[in-house]
Amino acid sequence: MTDLKLVRSFSTKVFSAVLLTALTLILPAVAEDKPITIGFIYVGPRDDYGYNQAHSEGAAVVKALPGVTVREEEKVPETNAVQKTMESMVHQDNATLIFPTSFGYFDPHLLKVAKKNPTITFLHCGGMYTEGKHPTNVGSYFGYIDECEYVSGVVAGLMTKSNKLGFVAAKPIPQVLRNINSFELGAKSVNPACTTSVIFTGDWSLPVKEAEASNSLIDQGADVLTCHVDSPKVIVETAERRGIMVCGYHASQATLAPKGYLTGAEWNWGKVYTDYVNMVREGKPWPHLVRGGLKEGIVKMSPYGTAVSAKAKEAGDAALKKFMDGNFVVYKGPIKDNTGKMVIESGAEHAQTDIALEKMDYLVEGVIGSK
Amino acid sequence: MANAGKTNVLLETLVLRILAIVVALALFGVFVAFAKANPFEVYKLMYQGSFESLFAFKDSLERAAPMILTALCVALPARMGMVVIGAEGALVVGALAAAAIAIPLQGSSPMTVLSAMALSGLVCGGIWIMTVGGLRYYRGVNETICSLLMNYIAIALFNHFVDGPLRDPQSLNKPATLPIGDDNALGKIPWFQDGKWLDEGTGVHWGFAFGIGFCILAYFILQHTTTGFSIRTAGGNIRAAKIVGLPVGLLTLGTCFAAGAAAGLAGMVEVAAVQGNANAAIIAGYGYEGILVSFIARHNPLAIIPVAILLGGMKASSGMLQRHANLPDASVLVLQGILFVVILASETLYGRFAIFKAKEKPKSAPPAMPAIEGAAHG
Repeated sequence: MTDLKLVRSFSTKVFSAVLLTALTLILPAVAEDKPITIGFIYVGPRDDYGYNQAHSEGAAVVKALPGVTVREEEKVPETNAVQKTMESMVHQDNATLIFPTSFGYFDPHLLKVAKKNPTITFLHCGGMYTEGKHPTNVGSYFGYIDECEYVSGVVAGLMTKSNKLGFVAAKPIPQVLRNINSFELGAKSVNPACTTSVIFTGDWSLPVKEAEASNSLIDQGADVLTCHVDSPKVIVETAERRGIMVCGYHASQATLAPKGYLTGAEWNWGKVYTDYVNMVREGKPWPHLVRGGLKEGIVKMSPYGTAVSAKAKEAGDAALKKFMDGNFVVYKGPIKDNTGKMVIESGAEHAQTDIALEKMDYLVEGVIGSK
Repeated sequence: MANAGKTNVLLETLVLRILAIVVALALFGVFVAFAKANPFEVYKLMYQGSFESLFAFKDSLERAAPMILTALCVALPARMGMVVIGAEGALVVGALAAAAIAIPLQGSSPMTVLSAMALSGLVCGGIWIMTVGGLRYYRGVNETICSLLMNYIAIALFNHFVDGPLRDPQSLNKPATLPIGDDNALGKIPWFQDGKWLDEGTGVHWGFAFGIGFCILAYFILQHTTTGFSIRTAGGNIRAAKIVGLPVGLLTLGTCFAAGAAAGLAGMVEVAAVQGNANAAIIAGYGYEGILVSFIARHNPLAIIPVAILLGGMKASSGMLQRHANLPDASVLVLQGILFVVILASETLYGRFAIFKAKEKPKSAPPAMPAIEGAAHG
């Protein structure tokens, strides 16, 4: 498939997905109370103040619906253990809808089990569904959470005194790079002198390295930290203990840093899961690919913390409104990477759904660090 | 006479091991009660999740597969008196080597690709632990610390190659090596049913059969060959072994090679049967679980099989406990921890119960008596 074709088919799919989600919002929710058992699988502990907690909070919303039984399993590695867990949910729990929530569950694990169980619906978090290539009982969803990172960046850019922001990241993969870049672009939009120093720890959950990275960034003068790791807990706690400010990620960590928590990028899985569950229960066709950002309600911002100034709040709200209006483009040329190379030419722009952003392999100018 | 003694040792081991497991389960019940769950309900769920149905049993078997092979990596050096805990490193190296060799072989027949992968995994895993044995024997480096540190080196190397030179450019958000291809995947063990062989019949991948084969081979070599006798002798008393002229250095290297090869094969199976490429998910702690299995099995290659299946069952039942009793994932780890401690404690009980010796004494005493009497009469 040529790139152009890919882009076209991708954007049609996204369009139809968004349309379908929008439709279900308009139509009155007439979910029958037909009993259904739903399985949720997490790669880490579900009270991690992060990635898994965000999903678990979504599961809790679904659990409250009448007639729904939820079966949850945590700390399931991306090995054949997750294949066994999915099959156990089908055979031992009679689950008909399964949400395996870790990115790495999809290929080959979910695909193998889905092929063997064509009557069961598998909805995966990661947005990796390709029509024609993957079984029809599979769907995938993901959110443009870098929109939230942009807003966090705006708030951080106005709150910093040292003009130095710190970012603790897991791996230099496109998703993570995009978050770092959006954070820096947000900060730069309100404070051009602002830089973001990034440290990659190498894996999704390495609390000791994350604490070391946080301390090192603070020692270098950063006075606002944020991160993209599975559990931001240790980073947020370190920032609070060292008396600096912090922006959260995945879920709200406000309770861990009552003084320094500014705002944060959060998933809004409760909405996504409720929509899906209602569609599956009513036997309606459900979208195979759901993607969206702040406007579609797939991601949200943490409420501002007490430290945030009126000016920063105002700028944050203005940025948020731009996303809500739906015409704002973060990746608009000219954008240079931090080695001075032009990555997005002047006049060119990549909208949120642009597949070029899915292959991001650079850090923008103003980010200090290398992949 | 020797036979009677042997049976008693076996009986003693069996009774004490089962007793230890029962005690551990009882202690776990107390823990569970504190977590506000009904212990008896929990036992029932564990049984349902691990062995009650054919589905659950297969689940347990497949989970046992990597542990059987990594346990051998601990058990074999242990028979030579070495505590090697480097199975994780050997597994990771074996997985990387297997995935790497599959890349230039694309287009060859699946049998060629799989054989090359297995060989690559065996040899590289073997060399990895052989290095530990060599450092131990020739340089006096503590093998436990050395093998532990080599795990970290192995994982760092693995990450370097998977994120760097060997990375599939298509694997954007989950770095992995190039896929070995669906045609080259290692399938499930076939099963004879209704007069024909079903390809995927057992639902358990080949890693399990490899593990069983490796265990039987290891047992045979250890117990029924002169090499095995030499290994056990060197493990019993290394000085005595040297004095009688056994090639202790060579035996150390060979045993460690076989040990590492077992773990390396486990890595190859993870690539060929489960993941389809080498990626960070392979670093799942199978090597560390093997240590537990080997110690519970008292480093006996045959005992490793049932012990690994038991632990595989525990892992399988973990899901059931989480999904139906709302216990945290850590509960099965607690059970494993209790089990390990109770079994280590029970080691002190061996030889202390008269029941296991009782039969020997009366049998050896009576024949002596008539002899004396006969002599007196004569």
